[in-house]
Amino acid sequence: MWLCNSSIGRKVVMSVTGLALVLFLTFHACMNVVALFSAEAYNQICELLGSNWYALAATAGLGALVVIHILYAFILTIQNRNARGSNRYDKTDKPEKVEWASQNMLALGVIIVLGLALHLFNFWYNMMFAEIVGASNPIGPTEGFEWIKETFANPVFVVLYVIWLCALWFHLTHGIWSGMQTLGWSGHIWFNRWKCISQIWATIVVAMFLIVALAFALCPDCLGGADGKVVPFEMAM
Amino acid sequence: MAEKVLKQFTVKYWKQNGPKDTNAHFEEKVMKDIPGDTSFLEMLDILNEQLIEEGKEPFVFDHDCREGICGMCSLYINGTPHGKTERGATTCQLYMRKFNEGDVITIEPWRSAGFPVIKDCMVDRTAFDKIIQAGGYTTVRTGAPQDANAILIPKADADEAMDCASCIGCGACVAACKNGSAMLFVSSKVSQLALLPQGRVEAARRAKAMVAKMDELGFGNCTNTRACEAVCPKCETIANIARLNREFIKAKLAD
Repeated sequence: MWLCNSSIGRKVVMSVTGLALVLFLTFHACMNVVALFSAEAYNQICELLGSNWYALAATAGLGALVVIHILYAFILTIQNRNARGSNRYDKTDKPEKVEWASQNMLALGVIIVLGLALHLFNFWYNMMFAEIVGASNPIGPTEGFEWIKETFANPVFVVLYVIWLCALWFHLTHGIWSGMQTLGWSGHIWFNRWKCISQIWATIVVAMFLIVALAFALCPDCLGGADGKVVPFEMAM
Repeated sequence: MAEKVLKQFTVKYWKQNGPKDTNAHFEEKVMKDIPGDTSFLEMLDILNEQLIEEGKEPFVFDHDCREGICGMCSLYINGTPHGKTERGATTCQLYMRKFNEGDVITIEPWRSAGFPVIKDCMVDRTAFDKIIQAGGYTTVRTGAPQDANAILIPKADADEAMDCASCIGCGACVAACKNGSAMLFVSSKVSQLALLPQGRVEAARRAKAMVAKMDELGFGNCTNTRACEAVCPKCETIANIARLNREFIKAKLAD
């Protein structure tokens, strides 16, 4: 199977899974921004993406994409280390056009996975998973907005999320154009276009995540529009 | 204008007896009064003359045409393949005027599992020949020479194919790549034929065969860091890698 056995095939798998995850991140960021304007609309989205069969199927698919992307990242890294050999250069002078992110994709990826674990625990585990397993006191879909407020009231989480999002930005600025290059959709003209698109896309997506996290941390009571002043989470409990 | 003369500098060069030498190490030699217009390889010739006069073993390095066209020179100088030459130049086109008084010049071999060290800074690049043998040619019978206008080729395509063909297979791309990937070399050799009608006939078979051989020989996976194109003495670009990816994916999907 060429997707497993050839170097280009393995990179194609990385590209396809990576670009699919970029699309998911874009959707997720758009969904988050809704919380800035309407608590009710955000909670409706949470309800739509609760423990329904289609949401569960999408979650499983998403999980598979993440696992394949991470697995192939480690396989490629091990193979590349072997190809480099055991001897290291005494002196290296990195050329200017070599971007820092391109040389540190695995390290950035590890930070992203750690952030993802925290994020899944904070939200997915306490909401969708608790609902699936029938936990005694799950955070209901209609409490999504208040749960964000609760989470980002903790400054430690805010700092961790900012670090996570910075790593994500670097990862995406290289990942998007590199994915298109690996799929062969690049060349003398499209290379610069993809580089530009990657920068803009990564910046917009990460900015949307960052704005929501910082807004909830700095001014939680200003958010959610007219319906943002819903019953505080502790009282609802 | 008076010629620049380097009164004193140090050459720190790699000594290794074969690929499995566990005692490989750097040695140093202070060089004096080297004119700036001396080429880097001429400086190494002077170094070797001095070593021989001192009864020491000379330093082994690859070289041949010394005109920047054969691709034999393969020195990693001060952290860069071929040294800090002008864009589009090889080690043999590097001159001592590029260095300063008192410099320590570090010389290392191409470090990649695909290029085992034969001795000192001479590495075995037979792997590139094997990749070419796997498919870097045309088997189509072209017959007698034809009129120049018998097969019409757009000027842009002919120019691009020529640019790809200018890859001299020196291996600087592999040496600079943190993954030890040979994709820039393979993509240039696939592109030089795929861009022309005579080469298109076997483009799919060629891309598959050359990539398979590259993988078999243990070169790494390309992660698009662009270190290869930054150091390529013939200015090959990663647009070639995108073309190879395209050719390979199309060929595999058509199977």
